Amino acid sequence: MASIDPGAPVAVPGQPAPAQHLQRTDAETPLPSPRPAKRKYKREDIRSGYLFLSPWIIGFVGLTAFPMIASLYLAFTDYDLFTSPQWVGFDNFVDLFNDPRFIQSAQVTAGYVLLGTPIKLGAALAVAMLLNMKHRGQGAYRSIFYAPSLIGASVSIAIVWKAMFIDDGIVDRVQQSVGIDIGGWVGNPAFSLPMLILLGVWGFGAPMVIFLAGLKQIPAELYEAAECDGAGPVRKFWNITLPMLSPVLFFNLLLETIAAFQVFSSAYIISGGTGGPAGSTMFYTLYLYLRGFQDFQMGYASAMAWVLVSVIAVITVILFRSSKGWVHYTGDER
Amino acid sequence: MTTLTESPAPQTPPVDHEALARRAAARNKRRVKSVIFHAVAVGATIVVLYPAAWMLFASMKPNSDIIGNTQLIPDVWTAEHYTTALSGIGGVSFWTFFNNSLLLAVLSVVGTVLSSTVAAYAFARIDFPGRGPLFAVMIGTLLLPFHVTIIPQYILFNNLGMVNTYYPLLLPKFLAAEAFFVFLMIQFIRGIPRSLDEAARIDGCGHGRIFFRIILPLMRPAIVTSSIFTFIWSWNDFLGPLLYLKDPALYTMPIALRQYVDQTSVSDYGAQMAMAVLALLPVMIFFVVFQRFLINGVATQGIKG
Repeated sequence: MASIDPGAPVAVPGQPAPAQHLQRTDAETPLPSPRPAKRKYKREDIRSGYLFLSPWIIGFVGLTAFPMIASLYLAFTDYDLFTSPQWVGFDNFVDLFNDPRFIQSAQVTAGYVLLGTPIKLGAALAVAMLLNMKHRGQGAYRSIFYAPSLIGASVSIAIVWKAMFIDDGIVDRVQQSVGIDIGGWVGNPAFSLPMLILLGVWGFGAPMVIFLAGLKQIPAELYEAAECDGAGPVRKFWNITLPMLSPVLFFNLLLETIAAFQVFSSAYIISGGTGGPAGSTMFYTLYLYLRGFQDFQMGYASAMAWVLVSVIAVITVILFRSSKGWVHYTGDER
Repeated sequence: MTTLTESPAPQTPPVDHEALARRAAARNKRRVKSVIFHAVAVGATIVVLYPAAWMLFASMKPNSDIIGNTQLIPDVWTAEHYTTALSGIGGVSFWTFFNNSLLLAVLSVVGTVLSSTVAAYAFARIDFPGRGPLFAVMIGTLLLPFHVTIIPQYILFNNLGMVNTYYPLLLPKFLAAEAFFVFLMIQFIRGIPRSLDEAARIDGCGHGRIFFRIILPLMRPAIVTSSIFTFIWSWNDFLGPLLYLKDPALYTMPIALRQYVDQTSVSDYGAQMAMAVLALLPVMIFFVVFQRFLINGVATQGIKG
């Protein structure tokens, strides 16, 4: 990198004229650079760096940074998209915590995250360990199990789920035949959230593939040594598999938790955009959507967004802090 | 895997019965384990694939058999639901929705590949002031929930008169808003030997030529993986088109599908299933053709599903 002074013409054998204009098109600028303090960076690097990065920078400023600031401002206003925002101070936040539908949406989402994420990760780990037994057909099973995670959040599958779990649908019929008639999961407030959790768990394939890649990294000698010491499968799982897999587990836990907070389309489709029955599928995102884009209460919805961001930030920090206690990185890697 | 190949053990002339018996016992144990493995794996496969199989068969059953009939395979086969689905919704042809989705997905792929590769090259290979903090910011956006930008973005696009156009759905793709792909490509470029860059530099290449002539062609696997995921995510996207597309002639497949479910009576499940199958068809084709790229992308970079 630093071996070549961009100012000095480089004579390369076999290259009659080094394409100097490609190194620095601003040939009028005398090099070495007149800014001695910054001589660490080459002029061409600075220009090219920002040129190459410009789409991302424009996108970040225009689509993330500026909107975030705008959203923070809007959270303290009443804004309906048609008249200009009215500053209301903390009113939106006070209203939020007195709004029973908001409280319910927070509870529904918390239930989904706290139940759905561990079940999904447990299923993913169990199946990954099964496939890691290295029998024939492992690759085919891996592909089959992965497929649902690509389509689980699609409208198509939401419609299928609804048709399967509706009153007198196939799940209900099977339940009736064993004498449990709950009238279908879709219309029953106690079962509509578990139904959506099942849909989320169905997409266990993505974390499973990540677990499987992690399991393959665990050296076989560790298990052999443990077997010599008389360790059974349970000991091996707790004392080798889980510690060795903990970085991967942490990664999956973080991503799946954050993703679980953002569930929208399945709840929207199955409840017909109402969050019903009785608000039992009123996910946080769904309520934010209804407040923002149906009632055009952009200020209220922005306040909701910032409450969610704060919660996710706190959870992320807690996860990272706690990870020091249970995530083990083997020394030789990075 | 190799342990399973049942080639006969090398037969040495003096027959050691004890060793043979031990080997046979080990082989039997192995075989029993294999049977258990496949029994569990096949069981899991049936559970996992059942909803998809149910959807496919339901789309070919008469309406009266879809809800309330627990039998998976139809007694009577019918294609009428597909005729209904293909006839369109509210005067707009099915192929309009299909082509809209296709156009958006293809342009999303183009935008993502263009913007992510250049951004990744800058992060991975160019030494410029502010690179470290900007990289940290980019990683931070990976964890940012979309809720916090969705409302101001809508207001922004509304003020720009872009609601009811494809710009709000495509601009983010051309501006590398999906940091996952930038990150994936950075990781990939880091695996390309720097000596290649240096050789090109000695030959007088600047960053432009190094990127286009050397790095970009070598990035093909990362580009393929990102393209497939971008295509599938764009194809399945529901919230974006729901927010920004008002005119039915601009609808994508998922939005058209929702419209369909809202409009048709509960009894026309067959047409809904047929439409659902057609909406998933491109995704499934992509999956079957490119599964290796998809799964490797997830395994090495941890792309969400």
